[in-house]
Order: sequence, then structure tokens, then C-alpha cells
Amino acid sequence: MGSVIGAEPAGSGQAAPVAAPPVAVPPRRGFWGARGGASEAGAAGWFFLAPALLLIGTFFVLPVAAALVLSLTDFDIYAVGDLGNARFVGLRNYARLLQTPIFWQALRNTFYFALVGGPLSIAASLGAALLVNARLVRFKGFFRTVYFAPFVTTLVAVAIVWRYLYHPRYGLLNYGLGALGIAPIDWLGDPRWAMPAIIVMAVWKNFGYNMLIFIAGLQSIPEELYEAARIDGAGALKQFRHVTLPMLAPTTLFVGVITMIGFFQLFSEPYVMTQGGPLRATTSVVLLMYEEGFRWWRMGYAAALAFVLFIVILIATLVQLRLQKEER
Amino acid sequence: MTSTLGQAQGGLLRAGRAAPPGGRPAAMVLLYATLVLGALLALLPMLWMLSASLMPTGEANSYPPRLVPSRVTLEHYRDLFTRLNLGRYLVNSAIVALVVTASSVLVNSMAGYAFSKLRFRGRDRLFRLMSVGLVVPVQVAMLPLFLLMKSLGLINTYWGVIIPGMASIFGIFLVRQYALSFPSELLDAARIDGAGEFRIYWSVAMPALRPILATLAIWTFLSTWNDFMWPLIVLSDERRFTLPVALASLVGEHVQDTELMMAGSVLTVMPVLLVFLFLQRYYIAGITAGSVKG
Repeated sequence: MGSVIGAEPAGSGQAAPVAAPPVAVPPRRGFWGARGGASEAGAAGWFFLAPALLLIGTFFVLPVAAALVLSLTDFDIYAVGDLGNARFVGLRNYARLLQTPIFWQALRNTFYFALVGGPLSIAASLGAALLVNARLVRFKGFFRTVYFAPFVTTLVAVAIVWRYLYHPRYGLLNYGLGALGIAPIDWLGDPRWAMPAIIVMAVWKNFGYNMLIFIAGLQSIPEELYEAARIDGAGALKQFRHVTLPMLAPTTLFVGVITMIGFFQLFSEPYVMTQGGPLRATTSVVLLMYEEGFRWWRMGYAAALAFVLFIVILIATLVQLRLQKEER
Repeated sequence: MTSTLGQAQGGLLRAGRAAPPGGRPAAMVLLYATLVLGALLALLPMLWMLSASLMPTGEANSYPPRLVPSRVTLEHYRDLFTRLNLGRYLVNSAIVALVVTASSVLVNSMAGYAFSKLRFRGRDRLFRLMSVGLVVPVQVAMLPLFLLMKSLGLINTYWGVIIPGMASIFGIFLVRQYALSFPSELLDAARIDGAGEFRIYWSVAMPALRPILATLAIWTFLSTWNDFMWPLIVLSDERRFTLPVALASLVGEHVQDTELMMAGSVLTVMPVLLVFLFLQRYYIAGITAGSVKG
């Protein structure tokens, strides 16, 4: 199971279903080397797939389907003990969600995190990629490694570190800001600042990942395009607007989608840094689902929350794909 | 989003890409200053973590904040191992991460190989169906998965943490994508020589897939080691805790012991950071392979 961002990643969403070129295949020899017919060739395929299909089917597909059913029941702590205590309640969980202020707050917080944090993190990634990839920079490998290092660290551990960095009195951050003449801020204790603080931490933690993808995207832009633009008299800014950005569009779409999916799943940062507070200012949808489902065992209700998250992510992904298409 | 990015990054670009070869000195200074500043920001939290973990008790909570310990001490590390069972959690994390990694390499490589190099009915439809799963957030599965694990008696066991990570759609994608790019002739040659399908996979395909399997292994190890939410749900007995779960529970009781918590964080982060530093070539190759080559 993935940690909040990138861990259950992020992979090759763009895998084009490439048909293998027709090659003259000699008659197959069967599975273990003995002679066999065409059916045996097919059997081999299924044999190799079987372990993965069994695992993914049992421990992912089945639970996702079951979650939909669960969300239509009043499954609670009594049902955890004895399944017979769960009853079918139709859409009542969803109706209740819509009437619960804390649900709307969690949804708002999650959108805040994703819509502010996501673009910020992508901007930081692109900026870092441009810097590291700049033609005249030496020690590229060193900078790339350093910028990427926060991404591989353990989220729980660095969230604890940031908790201390954000300490209103002893934290380095306020001390640094104090040197600039800014009065101390109670980062994690003030409802207005808690989410920005978590966003800053998440951007720090994650920008290295998208940076690598942007670097690969930048390197795949043919140098001739820049030369042609220079001959046409385009300055740096124009080259960026008319060559770099358009050529990066597919990369940006990919990065945008995976970042947003990851950011909507916010959980560990508030769990470790703020427990969802202060005044619920950092309670995310997943954190609320965790509390409802695994602290209060209102699993039917929590499953409805999980599905709302799923639908939100799905819609956001489709919107992003559509926007990108219109731009082109 | 794209256009705001353009405005924000324009200045950086001027300093970077566009400087004529040989470079204007001012632009170069600005470029390196930004790079070094960024590197400092990236490293500062980790450097402070390391430094604070070596400070005598109480020193990390002083004003003005100290950057370097007045006297280096390892007492917090000793404390963690003798009093707080950290060794146990390290072992738990290592067991879970290693078993998941081994299984993921085997299971996902078999499936990725089948999806790219074996032909059978329904293959491409199944693959498309599977890719839909990439947009389903894992949290949706967690509630029923917990009930399933409970009925299997796997709550509070290593297996409860391990099993859901043993195969992954992402891993299958990664292997398939890589395998598509190498020629099938080798496999066909082996077939002509009369090798069975499993032999072909094991002694022809596996060696050819080695680079991507290295990527997959490192990726799986790091993300399993760092994983938090599912282990938190499935483990309730302290003796089974993985490091992140143990750390999150420790911070509840020991939030005042900054130096101790930092030592715990160092021990949690260090293994993954070392794995990354030594094997980053493979790891980074995988990330870019997954996204751009397409």
C-alpha cells in the first residue's frame, strides 16, 4: 500500500498498447520443454500471469468491489464482531456525509492541499529541472541527487523533523524568519497556518520526483528547435514559452495527473504533525476515513468517504485530461 | 497552470539555458547561487535531524536554536536500542521490506513478461482493464481488506503487511514496458532449441530484464520501508510494528525528547538513504522509463 505520495506510484500511465510486430513463430514446444500445441502456448501465458492476477484480484480488486457494497450498509463495531449485524441501508451513508459539516471541511482541506500544494510542487519541480539541466551547470549529478534525496526519505520520520522545525519558539524556521524581522508564527498551532505549513513540507518532500521526470522531458527536446528559435531572434523567455513549454506538454500532463492523485490522498503528514487539528484545519478526507473506519469502526460510513475520494480523483483526472486536450 | 508556470520560470531560464556558451559571469553567479541555495534547503532538515540527534538532552530546545551539538553524544541511540526496542522495529521493517521486494520482483516480472512476450487470447483486453486500476486510490480497498485479513487471521502479523504488496499493477507496467523494447528473436531461438516456456523465462528473459528488475527491487524496497498507513492499520501489537509505525507512536509519548526522536528518525531514514545513494543509477532510470518513453 502506498504512502501518501508517489509510493504506490506514479508509473507508466502512458503505456501505449503497442501490438508486437508479427514475427514468424516456430511451433511451440510446450511448457516444460515437451512438445505441445497452440493451447499450451496460451496456457503458458496464463501460468505466468496467475500469481499476479490471484494476488491483485484477491487483495485489491475484490476489496474495491466490496468497498462499494460496504458503503451501502450500516457496518459498524457490532458488525466487526458478527457480520449478521450489518444491514443494507442504500445511499443513507452518502446522504449523511453530505449533511455532516466535518465532511465538507475535510473535502475543503483536501482540495486546498491538492490545488495549492500540487501546482506549487510542480512549479518547484520544473524550476529545479531547468536549473539542473541548464547547459552550463557542472556537477549536474550532484545537484540532482541532493534535490531528489528528500523524496526517498521516510515520510513519518521527516514529518517529525519538520514538526520541530516549525516549533514556534525553538524551531529553526521562526528563528530564520526572525532574522528577517518577521514575528514568530505558530505554524502548526494556528488554524490559518497549519495547512500552508503542511504544504511547504510536502513540496519539499516531493518536488524531486517530478524534477526527474521534467529533466527527462527537457532532454528529449531536440536542440535544433532552440537553434531555429534563436535564428528567428527569440530570447530566452520566448524560447521557453514557444519551445520548452509546448514540447513539455505531455510530460506536464503526466506529472499533473500523478501529482494530483497523490496529493488528494493526504494522510500521513497531518496524522503525524497535527492529528488533523488545530480546529480540524488539516483533517483530510483520508484522515477522516481512517478515524471513522479504524478508530470508531463505522466502516460503512468510512467506505462511503473512500468512494467520494475516488470519484473526486476520477473527476479531477478527467478534467485535467480535457483541459490539456483543449489547449492543444 | 502551464501559463503561470511560464511566467514564474522565465527568469530562471534566462540565467540557465539561454546564456551564450562561455556565459555572462553575472548570470553564472546567479545560477550557481540559486542551485546551492536549493541544495541547502533540500538538505537542511536532514542535517538538522542528524545534528540534533547527537546533542545532549534538552539542547535541541534552546533559544537561540543550536545548529551544532556543544558535545557529541550517542546516548539517545543507546537509549533507543536498550530502552525502546528500536532494534526490534528495524528487524520487522527489514523482514517486511525484503520479503515484499523478493516477491514483487518474481511475481511482477512473470506477469510483465507474459503481457509483453507471450501471446494468448484476451491478453490486451486484460491489460487495458488492469491499467484502469492505476487510478483507483489504494485507500478505497483498505476497509474491506482489513476485514478480509481479519477473517484470514492475518491481523497483527507480518503477512498481513506483506501480502497486499506482493504484486502491483505499477510493477507489471514497469516490466512490460521494458520487455517490449527487447527483441523476441532470442526467445524464439530458445524455442527452436526446444527449451520449455519456464526455462525461456528464467534463463533468457530474466537476464535480459535485469536492469528493470533492479529498478523494481529498489523501488519496492524503499516504498515498503517507508509505507505507513496500511501497517498502521493492520498492526496493533507493538512487537510487530515497523519503524514508521513505531516512530509515530513514540512521538506521542516522547514529543518533548527532541534529541531522542531525531535519533529515531535518523535510524529510520538512514537505510533507505544509503540504498538510494548506492543504487540511484537504477532507481532513477526506472522513474524516467515509466514516464517519458511511453
